[in-house]
Amino acid sequence: MLEDEELLVKMSREAMEMPPKGGFSFDLCKRNDMLVKKGLKEPSFLKTGTTIVGLIFKDGVILGADTRATEGPIVADKNCEKIHYMAPNIYCCGAGTAADTEAVTDMVSSQLKLHRYHTGRESRVVTALSLLKSHLFSYQGHVSAALVLGGVDVTGPHLHTIYPHGSTDTLPFATMGSGSLAAMAVFESKYREGLTRDEGVKIVSEAICSGIFNDLGSGSNVDICVITQGEKEYLRNHMLPNPRTYISEKGYTFSKKTEVLRTKITPLTEMVEVIEGGDAMEE
Amino acid sequence: MNSVDSKPATSSLIGSEADSQRTLYPYVTGTSVVGIKYKDGILLAADMGGSYGSTLRYKSVERLKPVGKHSLIGGSGEISDFQEIMRYLDDLILSDNMWDDGNSLGPKEVHNYLTRIMYNRRNKFNPLWNSLVLGGVKNGQKYLGTVNMIGVHYEDNHVATGFGNHLARPLLRDEWHENLTFEEGVILLEKCMRVLLYRDRSAVNKLQIAKITEEGVTISPPYALKTFWNFSAFENPTLGAEGSW
Repeated sequence: MLEDEELLVKMSREAMEMPPKGGFSFDLCKRNDMLVKKGLKEPSFLKTGTTIVGLIFKDGVILGADTRATEGPIVADKNCEKIHYMAPNIYCCGAGTAADTEAVTDMVSSQLKLHRYHTGRESRVVTALSLLKSHLFSYQGHVSAALVLGGVDVTGPHLHTIYPHGSTDTLPFATMGSGSLAAMAVFESKYREGLTRDEGVKIVSEAICSGIFNDLGSGSNVDICVITQGEKEYLRNHMLPNPRTYISEKGYTFSKKTEVLRTKITPLTEMVEVIEGGDAMEE
Repeated sequence: MNSVDSKPATSSLIGSEADSQRTLYPYVTGTSVVGIKYKDGILLAADMGGSYGSTLRYKSVERLKPVGKHSLIGGSGEISDFQEIMRYLDDLILSDNMWDDGNSLGPKEVHNYLTRIMYNRRNKFNPLWNSLVLGGVKNGQKYLGTVNMIGVHYEDNHVATGFGNHLARPLLRDEWHENLTFEEGVILLEKCMRVLLYRDRSAVNKLQIAKITEEGVTISPPYALKTFWNFSAFENPTLGAEGSW
């Protein structure tokens, strides 16, 4: 009897020593510190080049993004999509590590859909905001996603920025990414309240172009998404300010072709097994 | 009784043991200077702030100064180094005047002199911690150039130092054109300075604009820009999003 009690006390003590559920566990910090002192290079976060912007106009929100994805000094994708779908009335631009922005927006988009089924209502921007910020905060900035979240719900148009560490801002106009200063210069000098849709699209295009032409990390084309109450317009490649020029009009010909000396065609004999009433291919 | 010298190897490469006189970091700094060419000459703008780290210590620092008859200099970075550069330039102009030969140093020559000073100091690992804008007009020829602490120098129709490169140059690339009038030039510069005021933490709302033409130099008295803070989204930003900011 006594031994069992001792065992029980020992087991419960071990259970208490485990970290409490929820919240961030700092158990590995001491070991990480020790490794850094021994010379381990900590993984730094990649700030991949991008210009993403958002602004609130009279009837809703306009989001804009460039289309260049970089891998160090190389342009990996000339025409990628940085404006991600979250809900029929909410879109999110992502800067930072492409995998992180894709994964995090996909994940929250699925969570929003489930929530819509559960509540039977249109998703709200603050819902997406809370889901994103709590996910990013719990990863302490290691999920390198800087987002511009915009949408229109029952409470009106909303525009938020979310930083990799999980802080958020609510703004009338916002820019993120390496081209954010160039785009912000345009916004700060041209933005005013009560813009019409066309004026808004023009200012967003100018801001993205400012990023494209003044920042080396941004380039190629301008994507725009206009969200208003009950409707959205995804303008993929709204502007193409970097067309391919100087293509040779003569075309390319190769003067000397390989000489054909002899032609011999050997048909392969066909071997086909026909199975009567066979099953469909199993997956 | 010699113990093993524990000084790191790099110090012997950079300088002798006795030199504790190298600039390692700036102390009192000025922020961006922006300059453009316009129809009659050059326009320069700079605010009057001297920051001591993250404190705004001095609010009446004149960072735009005339040099000789034909040039105007604007300095950002360490203020004491800028004052030293002004002493070098004063000596230069004085020597030039003493020749009394009817010739005077133009902006191109002054720019070249500054470039040599900055680059030579950089090579001795003791830089003058500044980014300078040099503009002027001589014999109808307008000149606008810049040099920074490592000796990088170039000339262009519009230049900026520090944060101005990221915030003002995009605007200038879009909106600058040949033969701006004086009023258009001032409006353009003020637009750049306003964006810098909003987005550069070391900017102050007290600036001077300086003009140089064939006739001479005019530096405006200090004044402030109008700013707008009444966007409705700023009024109650967390109305829909409790707990954020």
